Amino acid sequence: MIAFCLRRVAMLLITLLAASAVVFFVLEVLPGDPALVMLGTEAQPETLAALRRQLGLDRPAGERYLVWIAGLIVGDLGLSVTYQVPVAQLIVERFAITGPLAAIAIALSTALAIPLGVLAAARHRRLGDVGVMTFTQFGVAVPNFWFALLLVLLFSINLGWLPAGGFPGWSAGLGPAFAALTLPAVALALPQAAILARVARSAVLDTLGEDYVRTARAKGLTQGATLRRHVLRNAMIPVVTIMGLQFSFLLAGAIIIENVFYLPGLGRLVFQAISQRDLIVVKDIVLVLAAMVVLINFVVDLLYAALDPRLRRAVS
Amino acid sequence: MSLLEVDRLSIGLAGEAGTIRLVREVSFAIERGETLGIVGESGSGKSLTALAIMGLLPRGAIASGRVVFDGENLLAAGESRLCALRGDRIAMVFQEPMTSLNPVHRIGDQVAESLRLHRGMARGQAFREAAALLDRVGIPQAASRALAYPHELSGGQRQRAMIAIALACRPALLIADEPTSALDVTVQAQIVRLLRDLADEIGMALLLISHDLGVIGLLADRVQVMYGGRIVEAGATKDVFRHRAHPYTQGLFAAVPTRAARKGRRLVAIPGAVPKPEQLPPGCPFYGRCPKGVERCLSEPPAVAIGERHHAHCFFTDAAP
Amino acid sequence: MIAAGFAWRRHPPLVIGGVLTLALIAIAALSLVWTPYPVTELAIARRLQSPSAAHWLGTDQFGRDVLSMLMAGSRNSFAVGFVAVGIGLVCGTTLGAFAAARRGWIDDAVMRLADFTFAFPAVISAIMITALAGPGAINAIVAIGIFTIPVFARLARGAALQVWSREFVLAARAAGKGAPRITLEHVLPNIAGLLVVQATIQFALAILAEAGLSYLGLGAQPPQASWGKMLYEAQTFMQRAPLLAIFPGAAIAVAVLAFNLLGDGLRDLVDPRLRRARA
Repeated sequence: MIAFCLRRVAMLLITLLAASAVVFFVLEVLPGDPALVMLGTEAQPETLAALRRQLGLDRPAGERYLVWIAGLIVGDLGLSVTYQVPVAQLIVERFAITGPLAAIAIALSTALAIPLGVLAAARHRRLGDVGVMTFTQFGVAVPNFWFALLLVLLFSINLGWLPAGGFPGWSAGLGPAFAALTLPAVALALPQAAILARVARSAVLDTLGEDYVRTARAKGLTQGATLRRHVLRNAMIPVVTIMGLQFSFLLAGAIIIENVFYLPGLGRLVFQAISQRDLIVVKDIVLVLAAMVVLINFVVDLLYAALDPRLRRAVS
Repeated sequence: MSLLEVDRLSIGLAGEAGTIRLVREVSFAIERGETLGIVGESGSGKSLTALAIMGLLPRGAIASGRVVFDGENLLAAGESRLCALRGDRIAMVFQEPMTSLNPVHRIGDQVAESLRLHRGMARGQAFREAAALLDRVGIPQAASRALAYPHELSGGQRQRAMIAIALACRPALLIADEPTSALDVTVQAQIVRLLRDLADEIGMALLLISHDLGVIGLLADRVQVMYGGRIVEAGATKDVFRHRAHPYTQGLFAAVPTRAARKGRRLVAIPGAVPKPEQLPPGCPFYGRCPKGVERCLSEPPAVAIGERHHAHCFFTDAAP
Repeated sequence: MIAAGFAWRRHPPLVIGGVLTLALIAIAALSLVWTPYPVTELAIARRLQSPSAAHWLGTDQFGRDVLSMLMAGSRNSFAVGFVAVGIGLVCGTTLGAFAAARRGWIDDAVMRLADFTFAFPAVISAIMITALAGPGAINAIVAIGIFTIPVFARLARGAALQVWSREFVLAARAAGKGAPRITLEHVLPNIAGLLVVQATIQFALAILAEAGLSYLGLGAQPPQASWGKMLYEAQTFMQRAPLLAIFPGAAIAVAVLAFNLLGDGLRDLVDPRLRRARA
C-alpha cells in the first residue's frame, strides 16, 4: 500500500513536471508579448523595456522556467499581473466555485446515469432500452452550452425560478449559492450522464453474460437479486474507469459553462487570464488542473481495488 | 413416479428465418438416487436440455413439451416457483470452474448464499455451514479458504467450491454439465469420485452431461446418446457400452483414442462435422455422416429395442460386438 | 429499395444517420451557390424579426437572415470536421502503425505521449493555443486536430498489433517482405474500417469542440458564419429573441447526432463481433 502510494506520488510529480515544461514552453513559443498587451501598442519602448524587466521577461527562458518551478516547490505560485494578488489566493478563491460545481455535476450525472444504464441493460432491446439509448444519443449530441442557454430560457427567463447567471458568494448563504450553481451543474451533468449511461449499459450487458451470473441464477436468486448482488459491483469497474477519464472533459466543460453563467470560477479565471496575457495565472491553473486529473485517477485506482479483489495485490 | 420425467421436450431458437429447432422431442426419466449420463458432441443439445430443466434457457430460446419434477411441470411453473426450486431441490454444476464463481465475493459467502436464501440462515451460521461444506468437498483448510476469493483457488478447488454451492441444500437432483472437462486429468478422477460419493451420501439423482465416455462409464447407471438434438440410443450403461446399436454410438466409441489403442485398432474419425441445427436432415439427424445411411433414413426411424430397457433409433440396429 | 428496407430493419441508426448526413451535405453544397439572402447582408431596419414568410427563421440583431446564416454555418462545421479529423487521422494512424510495426521503445514513447495528451485537459490546451496564437478558424481547427491525434494513434496501434499477430502477416514476413510494405499491404487495409468508424465519431466531436471555441469567441471570426458564434451573439438578446438561441444549437445537435448515429451504425457493420452479439 505504501509502495503503491509512493509510486503514485512519483507519477504525479513526473506528470506535473512534464505538464509544467509543456505549458511553459508552449506559452514561450506562441506570439503575444505580455508587456505589450498590458501597455498597448502605443507604449514607449522605454516603458515597455522597464515592464519587461519588472516581469522578468528580459532573462532567458530556461532561467525563468527554473525560477517558476523553484517557487512552486516552496509553495509560491507567483503574483498575478492583472489582479496584483498572489495566484495561490486567486486559485483558492475561484476553486470554491469550480470545486462544488464539478462535485454536484458528477453526483448528478452518476445518480442519473447508473440507474438508466442498468434499466436499459435489464430491458435489453425492449422499450426501456430504446428510450434510454435515444436519450443518450441526444445527450451526447446537444452542446452543453446550448443546453445551458435552454435551461436559462426556461427556468430563469420564463419561469423565474433560478438566477440566469452570476454568483452571490458563499457568504450570501447556502440557498442562494446553490441556486446559482444548480443550472450550471445540470448543464454540465447532461452530456456526462449520457456517456456514462451508455457505458453502464454495456458494462451491465457484458456482466450479465458472465458464467457466474448463471451460477447465481442456478442458486435460485431472482433476476433482481442477481443484478443487485452479482452484476452491479462487477459492472461498476468499467464505469469507474470512464468516470476517471471523463473528469478532464468535465473540467473543460466547466470552463465553457462558467462563461455561460458568468460564474467566477477557475474556468472563467483561466479564460480571462489567457485573453489578458496573465501568463503566470495560466501556467499555474493548467498545472493545478493537471494535478487534479492525476489525483482523480489515483482515487479511481483505489476504487478499483475496493471493487475487485483481484486487483488488491497490485495495490498492496 | 420418477423424480424427473422429461416428455417430448423440444427447444427452438427464434431467428430471422423462423424458428430453428435445437432439441427435438426428447423424452427420458430419472429415478430417485439414480445417475443418468447424457453423452454427445457439442451442439447435440445436451446442455440446452439441462438448462431447460433448470428454467435457465438463454433469451430467445423456447421450450415446449413437459418437464415434470416430483409431479410438477416446470415448463408451466412461474418464475418465483422456479427460483424456490433452483439451488434447493435442483442444483447445477457448470463446465467452467474458472469463470463460474463471482470474482468479487469470498468463496464462503458464495456457498453461504444458497443457505441464506433457501434455509433462511443468518450470515454467521451460513458462513460456518459453508466452511463445513467446503471441507466436505475436499478443500484443505476449509475454514480459511472460505475467506479466499476465487482467483486465489486452483481450477480443481474452484470446481469443488461449485459442487459445495450446488449441494448446500442437499438437492434431490444435481445436474452436472461437463463437470470435469476443463480440469487436468488427475483432478478429473478426484472430482468424479467426489461426485459419486456425494450422490450416494445424499441419495440424490445425478444428471451427468459429458462428451467423455470414460467419465460416463465410471459414474452413470444409465446412459443416453444425443446427436443433432435427438436421443439416438439409450439404455443401461453396461448394455450400451457392450452392444452399441446406433451407428453414431459406434462411431463415437471408435473415435476414442485410448479405447481404440488398447484394442490394437485403428482410430476412426466420424466423417464430416456436426451440421448446423438448421441444416439437419429430417428423420435421422445422423443421415449424411452415417456409413449406413440410405434414403429411408430421411423418414423418422423407429425406436428399436436392443435389450431390456435399451433401445436405439435406427433402421439398422445390428449391435456391434 | 429492398436493400434499403433491409438496412432499415437491421440498422436503424445507420439509416437515420446516413440520411441526416446526406441532407447536411446537400445543404452545405447548396449554400455555396445559393442562400435565401446574402449571408453578410446587413439590414438594421429589419433586425430581430420573428420567423415570417420572407425570413423563415427570422433575422438576427443586424437584420441578417438566420436561415441563410445557418446554411452557411454548415459549411464551416464540415470544414472543421474534415480538416481536424484529417490531421488526427493522418498523423495518428501514421504514429500508431509505426509504433505497432517497430514495437520496443518507439512504441512505448508514442503511447506515453498519447497518454499524456489524453490526461491533459484537452480543451484547456485548445483554448490556450487559440487564445495565444490569436483567435481564428484555422487555429481552432488545428488545435482540435492536434488533440484528435492520440485517439487515432491508440486505436491504430491496438488494431495494427492484432493484425501483426495474424497468420497472413507471418506468411508475408516469411516471404521476406519488410515492415513498411506489410504495413501498407496488410495492416492498413485491415484496420481501415475501424478508422473510418472512429473518424465519423471524431467528426461529431470536432463539430462540437469548434462550436464551443467559437462560442467562447476563439473560433471563426466575422464575417464567417459559424453556429457556435451565432449562439454566443444570440445570448445577449435572449430575452427579446429566444428563437435566435434555439436554432443554431439545434443545428449543432442535429449535425453531431447525424455523425454519431452514422458512426454507431458503421461500427455495427464493421465489427463482426458486435454484429453477432446483436443477431
